[in-house]
Amino acid sequence: MALLALLVVFVPLLAAAVAGFCGRTIGDRAAQLITCGALVASMVLGILLFRAILAQSGAQVVPIANWITAGGVDVDWSLRLDTLSGVMILVVTIVSAMVHVYSVGYMAHDPGIPRFMSYLSLFTFFMLMLVTANNFVQLFFGWEGVGLCSYLLIGFWYDRASADAAAIKAFIVNRVGDFGFALGIFAVFVIFGSLDFDTVFGKAPAAVNTVLNFLGWRVPALSLACILLFVGAMGKSAQIGLHTWLPDAMEGPTPVSALIHAATMVTAGVYMVVRLSPMFEYAPAALVVVGVIGGTTAIFAASIGMAQNDIKRVIAYSTCSQLGYMFIAAGVSAYSAAMFHLFTHAFFKGLLFLSAGSVIHAMSGEQDMRRMGGLWKKIPMTYAVMLIGSLSLAGIPFFSGYYSKDTILNAAWASGTAVGRYSYSLGVFAAFMTAFYAWRLLIMTFHGKSRADDETLHHVHESPWVMLVPLFVLAAGAAFAGYLGKDYFVGADSAAFWHHAILVLPGHDSIAAGEQLTGIIQFLPLIAGLLGIATAYVFYSIDPAIPARLSLQYRAIYLFLLNKWYFDELYDRLFVRTAFTLGDGLWKTGDGSIIDGCGPDFVASTTRELAREASRMQTGYVYHYAFAMLIGVVALVTWFLLPR
Amino acid sequence: MILQTIMFYLFAGVAIASGVMVVSAKNPVHSVLFLILAFFNSAGLFVLLGAEFLAMILVIVYVGAVAVLFLFVVMMLDIDFAELRSGFMRYLPIGALIGFILLGELGFVFFHWIIAPSVAGLKAAPLPADMAAMSNTRALGDLLYTRYLFAFQVAGLILLIAMVGAIVLTLRQRVGVRRQRIPEQLARSRAEAITVVKVPLGGGAAETGD
Amino acid sequence: MAIGLSHYLAVAAILFTLGVFGIFLNRKNVIIIMMSIELMLLAVNINFVAFSVVLHDLAGQVFAMFVLTVAAAEAAIGLAILVVYFRNRGSIEVEDIHMMRG
Repeated sequence: MALLALLVVFVPLLAAAVAGFCGRTIGDRAAQLITCGALVASMVLGILLFRAILAQSGAQVVPIANWITAGGVDVDWSLRLDTLSGVMILVVTIVSAMVHVYSVGYMAHDPGIPRFMSYLSLFTFFMLMLVTANNFVQLFFGWEGVGLCSYLLIGFWYDRASADAAAIKAFIVNRVGDFGFALGIFAVFVIFGSLDFDTVFGKAPAAVNTVLNFLGWRVPALSLACILLFVGAMGKSAQIGLHTWLPDAMEGPTPVSALIHAATMVTAGVYMVVRLSPMFEYAPAALVVVGVIGGTTAIFAASIGMAQNDIKRVIAYSTCSQLGYMFIAAGVSAYSAAMFHLFTHAFFKGLLFLSAGSVIHAMSGEQDMRRMGGLWKKIPMTYAVMLIGSLSLAGIPFFSGYYSKDTILNAAWASGTAVGRYSYSLGVFAAFMTAFYAWRLLIMTFHGKSRADDETLHHVHESPWVMLVPLFVLAAGAAFAGYLGKDYFVGADSAAFWHHAILVLPGHDSIAAGEQLTGIIQFLPLIAGLLGIATAYVFYSIDPAIPARLSLQYRAIYLFLLNKWYFDELYDRLFVRTAFTLGDGLWKTGDGSIIDGCGPDFVASTTRELAREASRMQTGYVYHYAFAMLIGVVALVTWFLLPR
Repeated sequence: MILQTIMFYLFAGVAIASGVMVVSAKNPVHSVLFLILAFFNSAGLFVLLGAEFLAMILVIVYVGAVAVLFLFVVMMLDIDFAELRSGFMRYLPIGALIGFILLGELGFVFFHWIIAPSVAGLKAAPLPADMAAMSNTRALGDLLYTRYLFAFQVAGLILLIAMVGAIVLTLRQRVGVRRQRIPEQLARSRAEAITVVKVPLGGGAAETGD
Repeated sequence: MAIGLSHYLAVAAILFTLGVFGIFLNRKNVIIIMMSIELMLLAVNINFVAFSVVLHDLAGQVFAMFVLTVAAAEAAIGLAILVVYFRNRGSIEVEDIHMMRG
């Protein structure tokens, strides 16, 4: 199994290196074949690896090499193989392989194909390193690596200024989160003296009452560490506050959005919280923070998604909102439900993004939904898979999203805590909004009269098979993954399935409590979803004038939603302008006036002044010179005579 | 004894007064004449000291040559009577201050001059044993042509250089003056000087116009 | 009072100071400067001779002779320069000679 794991993780790196360095020599086709082949192989091996992991009991660690041994820090390169990492490996390799194959078709006319495929494979490698990490530092390595690849891929079309800006924005906002993450790692080291997962998890129960001095206050150490680590997760998973990069990340090609910003990178935050469940369970304050942020994000992002007009942005905000759901689950200790939703979400969100890409491809690059419509007859297969994805997203029974979302919301209510109830209420409203915007998207894109111009309409065509096959695979997952996986993830077989990869303290088991809910409460999310679909149908199919009327009547609210709750403007005023002013000030005043002024410029100008003054003594009159000599002589003689 | 004192004060006073007049006379010719007077009185002081050779040399060389040279130049250059410019006053205070400080210091040094007892052994040119018999001239001559011969020759060289330098600086070649150029004359050959022309009977020689 | 060394030295000092005054206080022409230099050299000569007589050391007088020689040479050259300068510039006013102004 060790060999299997090493192959799964490192084959993508090899493919990335070959395509990246030799891409120009071997040509586009070869680069595509090598990377897709490598990823498909990695996927197949990943499935085999998953089965092997299920067969064993407990976690297995595959050591690779020693990395750092300095002072108290002893960190190794190693792969941790347990159910949690196995599930993640499965998700990452399957979605990545599908995206690679899809990109062959989507990016067929792009001049930079080898570079793109290389970046995709490199990203996969970093993500796999992240999920198989056995210590905080390797986790951080993978964390930073996926951030780097995200930057490279968002800014792939680097001659577009908007893409460059979006890439930088993603990197910087992630950096802010990473700062919190790094502080969290430091706190862990201070508390436990080690960065190895097994050691830390073993010592966690004993560290419940330790206290740290943080900026002058005495705070519970474990909660502080967990909250700081969660700040990192907020950045990576685009939770409210550090979410501003995700919508702008849609500047990248659609396969990138599908892979990174739907299925894998953004879920790294969720993975991290679940992986660290042995720590979070003993930090109740941190769990409260996680739950509150998750619930708020869910409804915040869903509300914005309702008003967006770009097809990819709607799906991006949907991702943000669904990640909020996963954190709701984590906040009430329903970690396995969070992982279940992560699993199903990877399929249906990846599917939605890729089919949106198919629509864009068909519409010759058009992304604004206001110029689409009436496409379902022309691209029926894309419509079918998109419908499956939307049904799953909205939480309609039998489709995978229903099982995972319902489990989460039931657990949230059943946990009984204030946070749980708060998250539940917000989650139900968000479910209504989710169904609404999903159907809004479907109807505006595929139904009604076409609002596109004749030229574009003439070129609408179904995508080639190389793009359709990945769609079908993901659609299968979106349809069946929930039903098939429910028992293993959160149901009767879950204990045997997870096998101590996740820790849930006895008093916190909200999933089990959620199973026992009775009454109308357990159907509320479904009712909300159906209501959402109905409303969208009314607004966009039956009476299309309603949305326009409402947006005029409640103009302020509409603008508030359309402009993303003005977060970007707020950040611009608070941080960006301040940073620029500070930079300007330090540059012109600090560096220019003070340092240069007191240093080289001052020396130069003083030298010039002194030289000018000194040259005034050169009058040209000999008797002046004689006078000067005389004064000198008198001075010297006086000086010599004085002591006597 | 008293005569010496009177003569000293006379000579000294006139020398100093002449010095003042040298600096402040309006007419530059007067300045030179006062300089001559100052030299004469210094010569007198030298005689009082017993260095009569030096006194005579002073008169012959300084007055007879240098001061006369000054007079020549002053009269040759067409110099106007210059009025005292107003700028004189600007430097007077500071100049006077510096001057008085200098004078004071010199006086301080000179009035407290103590001759060390060991000086006797340090003489560079001790007086000869039979000093009373020979004159100052004879004593100086003995010293000059034996001990200080080298310096004497160098002094001669300096004078030579000064002479050459002065000539080089001021000699003007007159343009257009025809002079004999002896080397050229001597180097003339028959071919340059004579041309033989065959003249036909009855015809004249052609004019060359040289 | 007997005339001693200090008297002669005092005379020399006064003459020297007068020469110095002459150099930088004169506003008339450059020849005055040269004459002031001659005054200073004269004062130095008086010093030499006075010391030579008091110390019974003839070296002072020998040196005074050399000073005389050099003063003569220097006066000759200085005046030659002055003549050439006058030929080129047409003036030896002190105020006008500042070509070396920096």
